[in-house]
Amino acid sequence: MQQNYGSKRIVVGAHYGMRDWLSQRVTASLMALFTIVLLVQVLFGGPLGYDRWAAIFSAQWMKVLTFVVIVALGWHAWVGVRDIWMDYVKPVGARLVLQVLTIVWLVGCTGWAVQVLWRL
Amino acid sequence: MAEAVKTRPTYRNIHVTQILQYRLPPAGIVSILHRVSGAVMFLLLPFLVWLLDVSLTSEISYEQFTAAFGVGVGFVPGWLVKLVVLALIWAYLHHFIAGVRHLWMDMTHSVSKQQGHSSAILTLASSVVLTVALGAKLFGLF
Repeated sequence: MQQNYGSKRIVVGAHYGMRDWLSQRVTASLMALFTIVLLVQVLFGGPLGYDRWAAIFSAQWMKVLTFVVIVALGWHAWVGVRDIWMDYVKPVGARLVLQVLTIVWLVGCTGWAVQVLWRL
Repeated sequence: MAEAVKTRPTYRNIHVTQILQYRLPPAGIVSILHRVSGAVMFLLLPFLVWLLDVSLTSEISYEQFTAAFGVGVGFVPGWLVKLVVLALIWAYLHHFIAGVRHLWMDMTHSVSKQQGHSSAILTLASSVVLTVALGAKLFGLF
């Protein structure tokens, strides 16, 4: 049988966690950038009331950035929460149920947040 | 011989009841709190989207948003809303700073025992200090 370990390991198919590792960092960086952009707009520009708060999210570029960050947050949370289930919940059936509930929870919250954002 | 094998202590994954007996180094505390803060924010996500909803939708809903921190919302008193928001503030700060620590370690290969130790203490200290400062602001102490 052909050797499939060490330097001759065939690294295809399962991704060996690389995709999760990278997407976790890319989505985190996007959220960090969003945090700084939002913070700068909140801190500079005078007293904060409904008008200025809503105006921040009304700008088209801010809507696009916020939309991207909402999707990034859902993806980021999925990778993280899935890791928690994989670490602590061993029975396959219970893990499947929890993972499905996690997806329902995250997709629901993502849809709601996008609705709030895009009807503004 | 079989007796000797039977009495030999075996070390497996620790049980839930043993968690508090284990002394973690600062880096271990940062690590588990990174996970805890992530789970907290995941569970409070609908509350966060609700805050976004009432703060953005209209001027009337914005008043509902500010009132939630004063008289409260529904059967939930204002102080409890503030307490939950304070938990979110801590979770966000810790998760953010611990995440930046991860990125910094990835980019600069700062993974020695000493660097891990000092950056972990810096993470814990800065997240707690910022949480206390923002908490004082939230509860109107200044």
